[in-house]
Amino acid sequence: MTKRRKLLEFVIQGLIRLCGYSAIVFVALIFLFLLQEGLPALSEVPLSSLLGARWYPIQNLFGLLPLLLGSIVVTLGAAVIAIPFGVATAVFIAEVAPRWMREILKPFVEILAGLPSVVLGFLGILVLVPLIRTGFNLPTGLTALTGSILLAAMSLPTIVSVAEDSLDAVPKSYRDGALALGATKWQTIWRVTLPAAKSGVLTAIMLGLGRAIGETMAVMMVTGNAAQMRWDALFYPIRTMTATIAAEMGEVARGTTYYHVLFLIGMILFLISFLVNILASSMLFRAKKRAERMLS
Amino acid sequence: MSAVVLFLLVTACSFSSSSNKNQSNIITNRGSDTMVNLALAWAEAYAKEFPQVEISVSGGGSGIGIAALINNTVDIANVSRAMTDTEIQEAKKNGVYPLQFIVARDAIGVIVNPSNPVTNLTLGQVSDIFSGKINNWRDVGGEDRPIVRVSREVNSGTHVFFLQAVIQLGNPTDKTIFAASTLLLPSSEGIIAEVSQNPNAIGYDGLGYITSEVKVLGLALDPAGPFIEPSSTTVRDHSYAIARDLYMYTNGEPTGALKEYLDWIRNPEAQQVVTTLGFIPIT
Repeated sequence: MTKRRKLLEFVIQGLIRLCGYSAIVFVALIFLFLLQEGLPALSEVPLSSLLGARWYPIQNLFGLLPLLLGSIVVTLGAAVIAIPFGVATAVFIAEVAPRWMREILKPFVEILAGLPSVVLGFLGILVLVPLIRTGFNLPTGLTALTGSILLAAMSLPTIVSVAEDSLDAVPKSYRDGALALGATKWQTIWRVTLPAAKSGVLTAIMLGLGRAIGETMAVMMVTGNAAQMRWDALFYPIRTMTATIAAEMGEVARGTTYYHVLFLIGMILFLISFLVNILASSMLFRAKKRAERMLS
Repeated sequence: MSAVVLFLLVTACSFSSSSNKNQSNIITNRGSDTMVNLALAWAEAYAKEFPQVEISVSGGGSGIGIAALINNTVDIANVSRAMTDTEIQEAKKNGVYPLQFIVARDAIGVIVNPSNPVTNLTLGQVSDIFSGKINNWRDVGGEDRPIVRVSREVNSGTHVFFLQAVIQLGNPTDKTIFAASTLLLPSSEGIIAEVSQNPNAIGYDGLGYITSEVKVLGLALDPAGPFIEPSSTTVRDHSYAIARDLYMYTNGEPTGALKEYLDWIRNPEAQQVVTTLGFIPIT
């Protein structure tokens, strides 16, 4: 009987271990595939061309800088809009709103997360694009800012929902203690509840922005896809790396230089999100350690 | 286990026999997005007359059609530009001998917002606008507004045709390209949407896709005129400057059902469909 149990234990442990390792194996395989298809580009196209300012692949102009700039501008713009707005909404739902309002607000925010990005993109074209053009008096409403706003709208539900959960998990005794010491409600939120929920809020931000970096469809529809470099790029059309891959991969012949360069872009995207994840988890790790030190 | 293998063999056989043309009554037809509505309309009309023939149509772009023809996975490739020599060489290497049929003609209209006072441009001005030499409508007789250029994506046959015929003015040694600030939109609908709501915009699209929400400009080769708007008459008498043939390609001389279909497409009744969709018939 015990022998059988031990065997069962062994099998289940093995299966769980396999699941754990498989995540690593899949990521490694994807990266290897990207390397295999993308690295040839580095030998086929001179580095000076890859670092050029012009992306026009059908005439062999493979400058990646405008695409990199486009992705960075749109994502940073989305972060600047989504982080304060998302965290504030989470604080409102968790700390300020009365119980009944909270029961309505939370599910509604979560439903927003299910909106397909094409639908948001379409709304963006019909509503946001004309508004941005006339509101900021710009030549066209298809700008990086339009993309940022849509991406922020897309990452908000995730940020709000996850951050609210972690704020909710802060023990009531923390708040009671702060209030008993004479702190106002705002001081309690800012100095006690938010710091206590810090790791959960950071995770919420990373998850939300993770959706923003990889999002393609809505961005392709509203940012104009013009691969240009300028310092005021936020208010002008830009071209992101994801939109470039999505728009051009369909018709490119396998094994050509163009094909390899598109995979190189995929590699760069992968590396960026990898770095962001490492940075975020190391921040979380540090924050946790500090909290543990303070508590002991 | 052996049953699985047998099943795979059977499907493999049926797969290869369905791509074996002319024997069956299934015609596969793929390629240009410009032509996809036209090809669908033909397929529907043909199926009504000859229900024993099945025609499957899909789009994707001229490049997709050519790739499918080279890989011999399609009976007819719809292509909105002539195949290049390299593509034909590649096909021959694969044992495919592309044969060209002109099935309709298409004009590219240069479009602006209806509120834009500009009605005529020379081809040189259009080229300078899209290559970034002219950046304000004032310079071509319009209001003091910045010019916003709108184009299809680089994988579109229309994009390539416009680049060669208008921006480079048909000169193959000319290396002028679109200005970097040109908006590259993924669909014809996107182009019409932007041009119809933005008074700064200028765009281009196939005549079949142009709606009444935008204004079509008259074009001329030299500033003295005459400025001519695209229509079936001006395209057929070659007075409108940017028109092109639309092609279907087959692998070698078509036979059987395929030949009958291609013959039918070029008869006056089928060419009537061309007119209703906004293209220009060949007869």
